[in-house]
Amino acid sequence: MKINVTINNEKKELEIAPDDILLDVLRRYGYHSVRRGCDTGMCGICTVLLDGKPVPSCSIFAARVDGHEITTIEGLPEAKELAKILAEEGADQCGFCSPGLIVNTVYLKKLKIKKIEEVKIKLIGNLCRCTGYVGQHRAIEKFLGVEK
Amino acid sequence: MKEVTRKIPKKDALGLLLGKPVYTDDLAPKNSLIVKILRSPHAFAKIKNIDTLEATNIEGIECILTYKDVPRIPVTRAGQGYPEPSPHDWYILDEYVRYVGDEVAIVAGKDEKCVDEALKKIKVEYEVFEPVLDFEKAEGHSSVIHPEKETHPMFEIGFDAQKNIAASYEMEIGSVEEELKKCDVVVSERFYTQAQAHVAFEPHSAASYIDMQGRLVILTSTQVPFHVRRIIAEAFDIPIKNIRVIKPRIGGGFGGKQAVHGEPFVAAVTLKTGKPAKIVYTRQEVFEATYSRHPMRYDITLGATKDGKLKVIDMQGLSDTGAYGEHALTTFMVAGSKTLPMYNKVDAVRFKGKVVYTNKVPAGAYRGYGAIQGNFALESAIDILAEKLGMDPTEFRRKNMIREGETSPIFKIMGEGREGVDMVVRSCKLNECLEEGMKLINWKEKFPRKKISETKYRGIGLAIAMQGSGIANIDMGAAILKLNDDGSFNLLVGATDLGTGSDTILAQIAAEVLNVPTEDIIVYSSDTDLTPFDVGAYASSTTYVSGNAVKRAAEKMKKLIIKEGALKLRLDESKVDFDGKYIYETNGNKKVSLKELATVLLYTENQKQLISDASYVGEESPPPFMAGFAEVEVDVETGKVKLINYVAVVDCGVTINPNLAKIQVEGGLVQGIGMTLFEDVKYSPNGKLLTNNLMHYKIPSRIDIGNIIVKFVESYEPTGPFGAKSVAEIGIDTPPAAIANAIYNAVGVRIKTLPITPEKILMNLNKK
Repeated sequence: MKINVTINNEKKELEIAPDDILLDVLRRYGYHSVRRGCDTGMCGICTVLLDGKPVPSCSIFAARVDGHEITTIEGLPEAKELAKILAEEGADQCGFCSPGLIVNTVYLKKLKIKKIEEVKIKLIGNLCRCTGYVGQHRAIEKFLGVEK
Repeated sequence: MKEVTRKIPKKDALGLLLGKPVYTDDLAPKNSLIVKILRSPHAFAKIKNIDTLEATNIEGIECILTYKDVPRIPVTRAGQGYPEPSPHDWYILDEYVRYVGDEVAIVAGKDEKCVDEALKKIKVEYEVFEPVLDFEKAEGHSSVIHPEKETHPMFEIGFDAQKNIAASYEMEIGSVEEELKKCDVVVSERFYTQAQAHVAFEPHSAASYIDMQGRLVILTSTQVPFHVRRIIAEAFDIPIKNIRVIKPRIGGGFGGKQAVHGEPFVAAVTLKTGKPAKIVYTRQEVFEATYSRHPMRYDITLGATKDGKLKVIDMQGLSDTGAYGEHALTTFMVAGSKTLPMYNKVDAVRFKGKVVYTNKVPAGAYRGYGAIQGNFALESAIDILAEKLGMDPTEFRRKNMIREGETSPIFKIMGEGREGVDMVVRSCKLNECLEEGMKLINWKEKFPRKKISETKYRGIGLAIAMQGSGIANIDMGAAILKLNDDGSFNLLVGATDLGTGSDTILAQIAAEVLNVPTEDIIVYSSDTDLTPFDVGAYASSTTYVSGNAVKRAAEKMKKLIIKEGALKLRLDESKVDFDGKYIYETNGNKKVSLKELATVLLYTENQKQLISDASYVGEESPPPFMAGFAEVEVDVETGKVKLINYVAVVDCGVTINPNLAKIQVEGGLVQGIGMTLFEDVKYSPNGKLLTNNLMHYKIPSRIDIGNIIVKFVESYEPTGPFGAKSVAEIGIDTPPAAIANAIYNAVGVRIKTLPITPEKILMNLNKK
C-alpha cells in the first residue's frame, strides 16, 4: 500500500506493507538517525516527532501516519545547537541514543520547560547506558536555560 | 601540556549526535540477505532430526544451514590473547544445544517476513536432557554439558568437562590456616553477585560480503576486530589472509562485544551463497544469546589483630560461566588479582575456586571483569570486620591499604589466565582519594546514619577499588602515522573506539608529541586490512597500551621530520628542531614550514612518504584507584533505597581528556549502581531467561541515580603516555559494596546478594 507523509517538511509517497512498523519504514527510506534500541518502546532511542509530538517509532504502524507529519533529527534546526553542547560535555559517547534524546529535548525547549526535575521526568524514557546521564544533564541544562 | 588535558569534543561527536549513518546496520550492503537464527527452546538437548524442507521452499528463502552444513571445529568466541585461556568448546552450530537461545539453524532470505515464516516452519526433534540450572550443583551433576570429545583447553586451566568444570584456580601465600589462629578477630561471610546484562544500545550486528578479490569482508560491531578475523578463520578453516574485518562506529560494548556473536552466521551465509548477508540481533536475542556478567559466589574469611591490622584474606569462589567457558578463568582470577593487592600488608592470602558450566546464557567479558564481583565481597567483608573491631571503616582501610611505591606478591602470582608480572605501584593516590571523598561526602558528620523521619534513615558507606591498565606482557597495540602534503597526519590504529572517545585521546597524544593541534590528526580505526594490529578495546587497555604505541610512533615521526627538514635546510640534524609549525635552525634564521616540507617531499625534492609506526606491550599494568562513597536513604516501611549522593574520587593518572575521563567514570558508576540496586536476573524453572527485555530488566533511568560527583586527584604514572593510566573500568567497581555498606549503616541490614532490592531489605528488616 501507499501512504502520503510529510517527513522533515518534505512531502513523500511511501510504499509500505500494512503491518510495517514506522521505525523500519523510516530506516528503509534512509532516515538512519532513527535507530532501534529495544523493540519494546522502552528505550526512547527511536523517538521521532509525530505532528510535533514525541513518539517511539518502534511502536507505531507506518500505516497510521498516512496524512501526518514526521520530524526526525535532520528536520530540527535546533538539534545542532544541542548536539554541540552535548559534544562539549563529552556527553555523546557511543551516540546511539543521542538522536532520540535530542529530538525529545528540542521538543521540551518548545514547551519552555525549565525546571530540571521536570526535564528529567519528561526525558525518563530516553535511556542511555554509556554516559550515566550526568553529562547529558549538564548539557541539557545549558540548552534549556534551566533555572538554578 | 597543550593537547593532552584539553577538554575537546570527540572527533566523531557531531556525526554521532546528529544521526549520521555510521553503525554496522547503517553501512551493511543494501542488498544483504536478512539472516536470523532459529534458537533452542530447551536448556539442554540433542537435536535428533531437523527438517528444513518446507521452510526452504518458502519464497525468498535463500538458504537454511544446520550443524550438518557448517564446519565443526571447536573454538572459543572470546576475543582474548592467543593462545586463548578460554576452552575451545563452541561450534558454529552443533547437534547439542546447551541453553535456551543456543543456535539451532541459520536462516537467510530476501526480507524479514520470509525469514520469520521460515523460522516457524523448521521442524526440529529434540532429545531433551535434564538441564544444570543451579551453579552450586553443577560440579559432578549427572548432566554433562560438554560431553563431546573435541572440546579442549589450549593450555592448563583446570578444565574438567566431565565434571562441568570450565576452569579452576588456586593460590596461597603464607598459611591462611596458621595465621588465622593468631588473629584476634575473624569474620567469615558468603556473597553472591548476579548475571548483569550489558545493554549496549546498539544490538549486536554484523554484515558480510565477498569483495572483488574473492575475499570475505565482515563489517561488525565488535571490540576486537583482529580477534574476530582469527576466530572466523579458525572456525571455518579458511586462511586469515582471505578475511577482512571492518569495525565502523560502535554503539557501546562494555565487554559484550569482546567476542564473535553474529559474525560466524553471516559469514556462513555469504560463504555458502556468495551473497551479502546481515544480522541485527533483537533486544531479546541480545539478552538471551550473547553474554552476561559471570555470576559468582565468594566465601570470604578475614582475620585481624585487635589493633586493626588485617592479617589474613581468604577468598574462595565459585563462578558460573553458563553454557560456554568464555572468559571463565580470567574473570575469575581478576576477582582476586584486582582486589587482593589493595590490602598488601597481610601475612597470608589465599584465592581459590572453580568456574562451572551451567545450561544458562553464556557469561563473558563485562566491564569490571570479575573485579566488581570480588570487590563487592571483599569490601563488604572489610566493613563487617571494621565494625567488629570497633573501627571506623575509613580508618581501617587507611591503615591497611596499599600506598605509592609499594608492591604486592599478587601482581607476580596472579595474571590473567597465567602468571602475572612483578610490579611496584609507581602511582597510587588512594589515600588522597579517600581523604578527598570523605570531605566531599562529609563523612565525619554523616557517618554512620541520620534519622530523617520515623520511617526514613540516611546512611553512608564506602568502598575502595583498583583495576589495571591492559594486561601486562600480553596486550599489544600498534599505531601508524603518515604525513600528508598539508602538514596534517593520518593516525591509523587497530584500537577500537566503542564510543569511549579513544580515537580522540589517541590523536591528542600524537598531537602533544608533534606539538600540532589535535585537529591536524585524522584518526582511522579499525580495519584489519588498513590499520595495524591491536588486541582491541578491553581490559582498560587503550589509553595505556595503544596510547603508548601512538606516543612512540609520534616520537619517531618527529625524528623523521627533523631529519628531512635538516636535509632541506642543508644543516646537520643536530642543528635543527621542530616546533609543530616549522623545522628551524636552533641557532640561526633558516627555517621551513612543515607544510612546505610535506609538499616538496611528496612532489618535488627528495621524494618520499614520511611514515612511522610503533608497537607497545606493557611490561606492567599500572592500576587506577578510586574511593567511592554512597549516601542512601532507606525507607524502613517499604525497603526502598534512594541513592542521594555518590562521590567518586579517582586516581587514573593524568587525564588525557578530562571531559571524556569524567564521562567514563560517571557511566561506569551508573552501571555499577544498576547492578547494585535494579538489575535483577530471573529464569523460569526450565531455564529460560525471563528478564529478557527492558520492561523486565530494569537499568537505571535518569531519575534513579541521585547526585553523582566525580573528582580526579592529581597523579602521574611514569610508565603511562604523558602520565596516564586507564579509566574505563574503575568507575564500575565500588557501587555494590559502597551502597551495601551505606544501607547497613543506615538501617543495620546487611545484604550479601545482589541486587539489593526493596524485598530483600524489608525481609531482613522484618527478621530483626
